[in-house]
Amino acid sequence: MITQKLLLHFPQSATEKPIVYHLVKDYNLIINIFRARVTPEEDGFLVLDVTGNEEDIRQGMAFVKSFNIQVNEANKGVRWDSSKCVQCGNCIPHCPTEALYISDKKSRKIDFNSSLCVECLSCIENCPFGACSSIF
Amino acid sequence: MKTFEEINKKIESRKAVVLTAEEIIDYVDRKGLDAAAKEVDVVTTATFGPMCSSGCFLNFGHSKPKIRMSEAWIDDVLIYCGVAAVDVYLGATQLRHNDPANMYYPGEFRYGGGHVIEKLVSGEKLQLFGLSYGTDDYPRREIRTWFDIHDLNQAIMVNPRNCYQNYNVAINCSNKPIYTYLGLLKPDMKNLTYCSAGQLSPLLNDPFYETIGIGTKVWLAGAQGHVYAEGTQHSPTCERSPNDVPTEGAGTLALTANMKDMKPEFVRGISLIGYGVSLSLGIGIPIPILTPEILKRTAVKDREIMAPVIDYSRDYPNRSGRVLCRLNYEQLKSGEVKVLDRRVEVGSLSSYPKALEIAHLLKDEIKRGEFLLSRAIQALPRSQAMKTLEIREKEE
Ligand code: SF4
Ligand code: SF4
Repeated sequence: MITQKLLLHFPQSATEKPIVYHLVKDYNLIINIFRARVTPEEDGFLVLDVTGNEEDIRQGMAFVKSFNIQVNEANKGVRWDSSKCVQCGNCIPHCPTEALYISDKKSRKIDFNSSLCVECLSCIENCPFGACSSIF
Repeated sequence: MKTFEEINKKIESRKAVVLTAEEIIDYVDRKGLDAAAKEVDVVTTATFGPMCSSGCFLNFGHSKPKIRMSEAWIDDVLIYCGVAAVDVYLGATQLRHNDPANMYYPGEFRYGGGHVIEKLVSGEKLQLFGLSYGTDDYPRREIRTWFDIHDLNQAIMVNPRNCYQNYNVAINCSNKPIYTYLGLLKPDMKNLTYCSAGQLSPLLNDPFYETIGIGTKVWLAGAQGHVYAEGTQHSPTCERSPNDVPTEGAGTLALTANMKDMKPEFVRGISLIGYGVSLSLGIGIPIPILTPEILKRTAVKDREIMAPVIDYSRDYPNRSGRVLCRLNYEQLKSGEVKVLDRRVEVGSLSSYPKALEIAHLLKDEIKRGEFLLSRAIQALPRSQAMKTLEIREKEE
């Protein structure tokens, strides 16, 4: 069993299918949705963890892609712009998973590990410098 | 014992020995105070954090026909026009026109004075809108135009209060979240925020203002500026540790420098949810090592500097004066502390990495002979306390 964090990007048309239902029922995947915005008027986004065996995940994603949905493993819904970050550390107590963390105790440098991010968005509210943002 | 003149001569011939306030700690430990004091000429201190009491005077030059602006906005942010015809003051915490503020609590405060100042320094184009009642010599009643910092005659930052010597650590003892200028404080003391560069911070390295005074040259966001007055709320009469370092706010500096020489990465507008907008600034101040005593003070360590923990849900707004406890900066920087026997997560609004970067930039400028030191022309007051505002009737 492995867990993968994925960002699904829906074009305007592909939103009617019960995709998550099929992933669970037909591909035996455990789905943990962090955040979703799927509306008929606009492009949709879904950020989720899928857990299952590797082959099931591969086939499940092939099924998803057959609806013209893009599956993105590298890009997540929350972005941290290192050029805007001043390394203050105000976000640190507000990040529940240590996705934003102090990478070096002495210099107090901040870094972002997007694979730990659960998209709670609290860093976006709490970063005074606008370094954290959501792509949707 | 060295003199300012000797140190400046060494800087000019690029022979000055310069260390940051972080490097000097180990150096003094290794070499001993007296030997180190003979060798080291300058220690650089620095800080980067929100400094609300900041702003700038701008002069636009005259349009044809001329206007004497009585009300004006840059990018919809109100600027103060109660000075000469095309002189204005732009303050860091001014909200944008029509910002709903905290009407839909907590407000987001996405854009305001601090952001306009950041855009100016970045060389971006901004919109000026001004109104006037019109006079015989200044007939224009309205103006709308675009400009950037290069179009202005002057853009001079004039900050009434920067570089707070030390600062409160904010915590929330109530059972609901509160939004403050030190960020969002979760209920029941779940987190706290401090805001100081600690051992790197300028006035913590010169606790009795022996070298830093009015006229001292400073590095203000990359520009060479100076201290023009004591900062507002400068209150040196306060509680101090046995090493003379204040254990609360204490001293402050009023700083000025030419914005045309500033670097945008050290002038950053900030949005504080539920509170407002402000400006974060990077400042560096060199300390000349004239005596071993001055050097000793610059070797102060995070664990020797105490900050007061204050409840921002009740004690701060009501000016009760209660301090929950005092913590040192080594404890604060560890990421987790104990307050009233509870474990509390630590956040910070001041950036230590940025402060360190500034201390090194200033060190390099001095070593290259590009930044000479200046002797203060007037000392900062060493005893005076902060007054409060009493609410009274006219006759009392
Ligand atoms: S609050 Fe923003 S600027 Fe500060 S460390 Fe976090 S991401 Fe960087
Ligand atoms: S969205 Fe939440 S989990 Fe992700 S980095 Fe921001 S605070 Fe951390």
